[in-house]
Amino acid sequence: MKAFALFKKDWLSELRTRYAINALAMFILVTISVILFSIGQEKITEYLTGGLLWVVIFFSAMSGLSRAFVSEEERGTTLTLQLIAAPATIFSGKLIFNVILVFLMNIAITFLFFILFESFVIKNFLLFTFAFILGNFGIAISSTIIAAIISKAGSKGTLYPVLSFPILLPLILTLLELTKFAMDGELVSDSLVEIFVLVCYDVIMLTASYLLFDFIWKE
Amino acid sequence: MNNFSLTLKDVTKIFGRRLIFDKINFSFQSGKVYGLAGPNGSGKSTLSKIISGLLEPTQGKVIHENNGENIIPEKLHNYLGFVSPYLVLYDEFTAEENLFHFSKIRGTNYDSEKAKFLLEEFNIYNRRTDLLKAYSSGMKQRMKFIFALLHSPQLILLDEPTSNLDNSGKEKVYEIIKREAEKNLVIIASNEDSDLALCKEIVNIEDFKNNGNSK
Repeated sequence: MKAFALFKKDWLSELRTRYAINALAMFILVTISVILFSIGQEKITEYLTGGLLWVVIFFSAMSGLSRAFVSEEERGTTLTLQLIAAPATIFSGKLIFNVILVFLMNIAITFLFFILFESFVIKNFLLFTFAFILGNFGIAISSTIIAAIISKAGSKGTLYPVLSFPILLPLILTLLELTKFAMDGELVSDSLVEIFVLVCYDVIMLTASYLLFDFIWKE
Repeated sequence: MNNFSLTLKDVTKIFGRRLIFDKINFSFQSGKVYGLAGPNGSGKSTLSKIISGLLEPTQGKVIHENNGENIIPEKLHNYLGFVSPYLVLYDEFTAEENLFHFSKIRGTNYDSEKAKFLLEEFNIYNRRTDLLKAYSSGMKQRMKFIFALLHSPQLILLDEPTSNLDNSGKEKVYEIIKREAEKNLVIIASNEDSDLALCKEIVNIEDFKNNGNSK
């Protein structure tokens, strides 16, 4: 419950400061608008729309998810957190915050894709839902631990996408594959390998994050 | 009185190639006020951070014990009250909200009676519903004391405790230090003579810059 209390503090703080929500909302609107303008009257393929969805999701995550730790570091409140909770509590609280933020962000992006792109057609919605949920957890876990690492660095803004790219690449590639399968209407039973890859990715990242966080968190 | 003890065993800190202090050996017991003295840049804050578990020593050990039992680093925050100039509370919350969130994140119930008592004692009860960003630096310093004392810690570590405080604030802090030292361990890191005058024993960090040989 301590982690949930930290999440609640972060959520109320976010509602007052709008540090991440505004950045994310603006980024989503701008990227989707740019894609729509650049496509114009062209008809793009289903697979390309699926790819664009995860490109928008990746870069949106990069624009807002570092907030969890960077805002604490910038305001100088990291020390305060270190004085009131164990590292595992801090990581869990920040992770809950990022999971909620990723789900809200990705639901909004996917909804906009459904209404704005004619070629974004999902034939197997169950498979897409599996990929979407597991993918969101993967993005949230990776983004949280990378945010903790880069919050101590000087050039936070540049480092975040650079460090995230190789870590998120296996996740994004698997998600692209599963989105393609969902667009083709393939069965969940035929996509089990990719789903297990996502489960493994989430479990490995979560375990590694909890193990590493103690070392990252201390000065 | 609580039975809290703190032992520094050969504690050494080196930043890059700069030796901050070398082989500090000292024992602290509850029921007393101790001082960490030294000029600016001598390493008082660094030693305070090492004692509070925020920083690892390059060499040596810091042992915290409560009733003879070792306290693991993950639990130390439950026993520690810390005030320092580089401690920052949440500006977007009111004083009361800050204290409420801190209690909940610690996993304790928010003791509104104790919070009221401390807010009144530090003379900011009437401003408890104001956002912290509207507070003066002196009021923020008072809030740091409330933050440090709300969970009734056994080890109270005060780094430059009277910075930004007016005379009445300083008097209040001295009164609280004397009261807390009756049952807890209080350590003051300062170079103010009036702060150090409260201390029964003083560790002068300048004495530990010479290969472990006390001057």
